[in-house]
Amino acid sequence: MEDIKRQLTHSSKATKQDRYGKAIAFFCTFLIGLLVVSILYLVASRGLATFFKDHVSVWDFLTKQNWNPSQVDKNGSPLVGALPMIVGSFSVTIFSAVLATPFAIAMALFMTEIEPRRGTKFLQPVIELLVGIPSVVYGFVGLTIVVPVVRTVFGGTGFGILSGTLVLFVMVLPTITSMYVDSLRAVPRFYREASLALGATRWQTIYKVVLRASIPGLLTAIIFGMARAFGEALAVQMVIGNASLLPHNLISPASTLTSVLTTGMGNTVMGTLPNNALWSLALILLLMSLCFNLIVRYIGKKGRMAK
Amino acid sequence: MNAKKIDKLATAIIGFLVGVVVLILVALIGYILVTGLPHVSWHFLTSPSQSFLKGGGIGDQLFNSLYLLVLTLLISFPIALGAGIYLFEYAPQNWVTSTIRVAIEVLSSLPSVVVGLFGFLLFVIEFKLGFSILSGAIALTFFNLPLLTRSVENSLASVPKLQREAGLALGFSRWQTVLGVIFPEALPGILTAIILSAGRIFGEAAALIYTAGQSAPILNFSNWNPLSPTSPLNPMRPAETLAVHIWKINSEGIMPDASAVSAGASAVLILAVLIFNFSARWLGNRIYRKVTASK
Amino acid sequence: MKTYSLTDNYVHKFDPTKTEIGLSTENLQVFYGDNHAIFDGTLQFRKNAITAMIGASGSGKSTFLRCLNRMNDDIATVQGKIMYQDIDINTPEINVYEMRKHVGMVFQRPNPFAKSIFKNISYPLRKSGIKNKQDIAQRVEKSLRQAALWDEVKDDLNRSALDLSGGQQQRLCIARTLAMNPDVLLLDEPASALDPISTGKLEQALQELQKNYTIIMVTHSMQQASRISDYTAFFHMGHILEFDRTERIFTRPQIQATEDYISGNFG
Repeated sequence: MEDIKRQLTHSSKATKQDRYGKAIAFFCTFLIGLLVVSILYLVASRGLATFFKDHVSVWDFLTKQNWNPSQVDKNGSPLVGALPMIVGSFSVTIFSAVLATPFAIAMALFMTEIEPRRGTKFLQPVIELLVGIPSVVYGFVGLTIVVPVVRTVFGGTGFGILSGTLVLFVMVLPTITSMYVDSLRAVPRFYREASLALGATRWQTIYKVVLRASIPGLLTAIIFGMARAFGEALAVQMVIGNASLLPHNLISPASTLTSVLTTGMGNTVMGTLPNNALWSLALILLLMSLCFNLIVRYIGKKGRMAK
Repeated sequence: MNAKKIDKLATAIIGFLVGVVVLILVALIGYILVTGLPHVSWHFLTSPSQSFLKGGGIGDQLFNSLYLLVLTLLISFPIALGAGIYLFEYAPQNWVTSTIRVAIEVLSSLPSVVVGLFGFLLFVIEFKLGFSILSGAIALTFFNLPLLTRSVENSLASVPKLQREAGLALGFSRWQTVLGVIFPEALPGILTAIILSAGRIFGEAAALIYTAGQSAPILNFSNWNPLSPTSPLNPMRPAETLAVHIWKINSEGIMPDASAVSAGASAVLILAVLIFNFSARWLGNRIYRKVTASK
Repeated sequence: MKTYSLTDNYVHKFDPTKTEIGLSTENLQVFYGDNHAIFDGTLQFRKNAITAMIGASGSGKSTFLRCLNRMNDDIATVQGKIMYQDIDINTPEINVYEMRKHVGMVFQRPNPFAKSIFKNISYPLRKSGIKNKQDIAQRVEKSLRQAALWDEVKDDLNRSALDLSGGQQQRLCIARTLAMNPDVLLLDEPASALDPISTGKLEQALQELQKNYTIIMVTHSMQQASRISDYTAFFHMGHILEFDRTERIFTRPQIQATEDYISGNFG
């Protein structure tokens, strides 16, 4: 009797293990949280130094076109106009998303509405392979096929926003497709059955019922695709031409935030203005990625409220 | 046009777009394998690279990629497992938990170049680790952690709740239940996730350029002392990986056969990704059968 | 739907000096958030007897059962006393992991581990500190015999438990619980997922077990309750309306609600 009482009221090996286990598991989680905080802090503190330490105006940084951080203009202020890179990044991101969306919609509809079984069996590996191909391989293929083709067809050097867009198009396509497939699958079955039972054709059902019900999902998928395009570095850097000039057309050499970062970081000295200016570009990248995140959350919240 | 015709037309357009995508993939992989595989030979896979001469191989880079992959998984898996277990099993529903979840989400959406630059700043410069395999592995860990944590959590959550109750009702602690009951059943899912993440790690370059570096010092493959600078195992040496190598010779390559070498290296990368993808499926099924002792 | 008085009740009380009590509750209250699920549950469970808990879906019988070994801790607030061996086991000081070895539970759907038949039983034993291989083998055999499963599986103990039929799996789950040497056995509709033949075997096994264990089971089937239980408690909307010897409940119920329920005029 007393024995049982002792057993029931005292901690055992199991309770101790549980306590240690929980502590270790929490520590791992905490580590990830700490990591994110330190990334935000370090990149922000470096990136803001351009404005607070070197006294570059934020407005000038975002709107001036001249990027040559190691030199100063006739007034003595450094040439750190990041507009060309910002325009470059946004152009390739938006163009590639616009180009990829119809293909992604077609792929997703094929997998969920038209040939659910065979389509998925066949296209799922296609999507996974497209995701799996490393970005340097995309860059290499872009360099050896896309750039020469663009050069032959449109003239110029072939390097530029168009080539970057074409390469990114293939890279964001699987992201948008697979996310959109998930949201199409979430459209309740009876929506379709109700529509088909009223005598609608398959396309009428898709167009009037399924597509409309899945618009928030499509938007989320596109934003995810854009986030991937915006942050992609090497594949774009290999085909865009790396000229920090404001692009005049789609086939003149240009640059993106990521391409300048990858090529420039090794050639500057930590703590100097040219280096700080690069960190400011990294900060823009980081803020944009947070932005994409917020938009996705906002759409998700609205979608839930609508239901 | 009547509804039936529109239906047919729409289906045809969808079919056409799907066909284009499939064609792009086939052309892409076909191109890489057709142009690349002829260059792949035993010599190519095992000999060191050349900067100015023809006939260089990718032996060191291949080794570096594999070594980095192993180190990264060794660091990231335990952390991801711990975090996954915490989030699935222990995390209370409060603001701390939801903040951490948001943080993980944010980390997974950060561009890999930003993660790489952070690694560069903190480990290469502040902690003075220099361009090294260790810095690279840590940067790749950051890049890998959020997705792996989420997959671990999903795999744990896919085990029916009943199994958890079974363990608890037999007097197991939560920890024992997770490790002894849930984890073995979630293992196939977790392994699949690890292998798929291995594919991503293997092909990643942007996070490595400024952490593991872009140079491949001469390695002496008969020297296995991890502290010696020429030893392949030394974690403090710079190490250009296969993916970084492809990027480097294409953006500033001066070697005469750069496109041949990159074609060959790309083919090797693609093959590795294909192998990772297929083995993930195969191994997942096999281990599941073994753990459950069914035939 | 008919409404019944929730305050009129007839709950038989044992005299503890004459009857041994295996487990009892005093004023048990259960809340899911703001939702009051069990009101004032006071019940005694006689040692070495089978007590059945019956009632409509949502009457609170399963919730009540799951509170008895604190399986509801994470999802509900449980107030009141649960007395086992003169100890209130519904307090924060109680080591629930140890307590559950004394108060075992079997669930509605069979939930064997994805391990072999042998390991399903040996694994929890080893985890609770029994290392001797012979000991383990003996207890595995004994518990499988108690659950009336031994003859069906003795030749392939290394087969995956998932290959067994539903009824066999459920008896394996009972064997697994018995191997831990509990005093009290809680069963949450153990036969609801089984076919009639498997149910018959299960009931036989339970009647055999009753000699040594305090068995408390939730059941949907009134036939099952009347066939194998010694005592029956009738639950309605979170209240225990009647508790008595099974034959009295089924022949001369004191409460209108009970009578309507067992005669099929309920609701």
